[in-house]
Amino acid sequence: MTDNVPAGDLMVKAEGIHKFFGRLHVLRGIDLEVTSGEVMCVIGPSGSGKSTFLRCVNHLEKIDSGRLWVDGHLVGYRQRGEKLYELREREVAAQRQDIGMVFQRFNLFPHMTALENVMEAPVQVRGEPKAAVRERAMSLLDQVGLSDKMAGYPSQLSGGQQQRVAIARALAMEPKLMLFDEPTSALDPELVGDVLDVMRQLALGGMTMVVVTHEMGFAREVGDSLVFMDEGAVVEQGHPREVLADPRHRRTQDFLSKVL
Amino acid sequence: MTQTDTVEPVRPETIRAVPVRHPGRWVSGAIVLVLAAMLVHMLFTNPNLDWGTFRQYFFQGGILRGLVATLELTVIAMAMGIVGGVVLALMRLSANPMLSSAAWLYIWFFRGTPVLVQLIFWFNIKALIGDVSIGVPFGQTFITWDVNSLVTTFIAAILGLGLNEAAYMSEIVRAGILSVDEGQTEASQALGMRRLKIMRRVVLPQAMRVIIPPTGNETISMLKTTSLASTVAFTELLKAGEDIFNANYKTIPLLIVVSVWYIIITSILSVGQYYLERRYGRGSSRALPPTPLQRLRRNLTTFHVKPQTVLERS
Ligand SMILES: Nc1ncnc2c1ncn2[C@@H]1O[C@H](COP(=O)(O)OP(=O)(O)O)[C@@H](O)[C@H]1O
Ligand SMILES: [Mg+2]
Repeated sequence: MTDNVPAGDLMVKAEGIHKFFGRLHVLRGIDLEVTSGEVMCVIGPSGSGKSTFLRCVNHLEKIDSGRLWVDGHLVGYRQRGEKLYELREREVAAQRQDIGMVFQRFNLFPHMTALENVMEAPVQVRGEPKAAVRERAMSLLDQVGLSDKMAGYPSQLSGGQQQRVAIARALAMEPKLMLFDEPTSALDPELVGDVLDVMRQLALGGMTMVVVTHEMGFAREVGDSLVFMDEGAVVEQGHPREVLADPRHRRTQDFLSKVL
Repeated sequence: MTQTDTVEPVRPETIRAVPVRHPGRWVSGAIVLVLAAMLVHMLFTNPNLDWGTFRQYFFQGGILRGLVATLELTVIAMAMGIVGGVVLALMRLSANPMLSSAAWLYIWFFRGTPVLVQLIFWFNIKALIGDVSIGVPFGQTFITWDVNSLVTTFIAAILGLGLNEAAYMSEIVRAGILSVDEGQTEASQALGMRRLKIMRRVVLPQAMRVIIPPTGNETISMLKTTSLASTVAFTELLKAGEDIFNANYKTIPLLIVVSVWYIIITSILSVGQYYLERRYGRGSSRALPPTPLQRLRRNLTTFHVKPQTVLERS
């Protein structure tokens, strides 16, 4: 198989990613590498393509050119010789099982309790026995500090609690990679800390994470690398402390002067 | 509670004011009461109503058999409508242009013609296709059936009502599916779920909240629309009544028998719809609306209390 090209401990490798929405050129040649266990934070102005890039990584959006690998496997395609073949829905779904995603607006299933939300994918997708999944789901909810909210429906939980359930739901599939799309942007300020704490714990546990965020404190403390995106391109990349303290690029300086 | 625990706060004086008078309500109330009294008087004194005949036929065998046939027709046609509606809705929303235009065409045709015409059409289907046979298309045939033995009046009624209902139900189901936030599908996809599973486990259960109220209306409407089947000689409730009053000319009492049965079933269906809506409202709001029983109990116990105290959560 030639689709296992970038070996080693690379979890994500993006090579010249372009993405168009109609005539709108949203991603203009993204090259990025995320090693296993790395926490990469992505910042940038609204509309710069951060969400779109994240969604390409688990094939919620199709890329128009370039190559994207997750854990050594081409995302959404199979390569034989020079030719690319689109994967079937079943195969794409199988790839996504290893990639957890957390959304800005939580997207919990409102008709299921917190516990049912967390149990849904392992039972329905992987066909694991309910009893075992229940154990794991309960310990995950405990881990995110919600052992007393298991029977609650999302509408009965605060935003911060909902987001922590969403994180537990993604972790229940035991992913190798976690994608966070502005996980705290929809939260009241006093609820942000609890969610960031959970993410920090996850990072300490060695999870590979790509985090789109406006929380510079989190990026500085937890991030191993920081990427600044603007107008669909990576403008600057480096160690978070260095980029935040001493941005090289004009556009990074402008952006940071507005948000810090 | 925001009260400090040291000082017991003094409760401010409640406003005592003369409430606004509503003379219009008293006048209209009086008029309605007089009209109601006239109606009741007429019901019990008009000899043409003939309550003796009503009692005689209300539980009569023919009427009850007609009632059962009406219920069967309603249930089967609605089941066809719901299953067909879901299939048509999924077809219309599918990415496959053949499927979506086929569904569009179906809906266009069945909503564009009166259901009575469709019923008569199915009843006379023999005139269109002659006999049904199995064999090579355009070639040799192996088995042949007489269409009239296949399409009995019952089958004709079911086809006419059910296929028509599917067209209406598909629009209801489609609206329900479209009402579910796109983020739900994305979250499910990100978890590795596949299309059909997402539909079954995530989207349809949430769409139910939007689908059930109009489906209840459709069911109630279907119950009454089955009376059209009497025109294709299928003996349901109305036809059962007609058969009797064609023989004894007691038209009005028998129409009342039939109407009272329709009202009874409609009322039962409305109650069922109410509880179904509650069931699928799970998780949608912090408190479910009270059942009529709960409301009655609460209204009786808190009749003159200020509204705030009634707003407890169930
Ligand atoms: N599904 C879509 N269809 C059309 N345009 C889109 C779509 N999703 C995003 N865009 C556009 O792509 C650009 C980048 O969006 P996004 O990736 O969400 O930016 P960010 O997350 O950095 O704020 C924006 O101009 C946005 O309007
Ligand atoms: Mg975004």
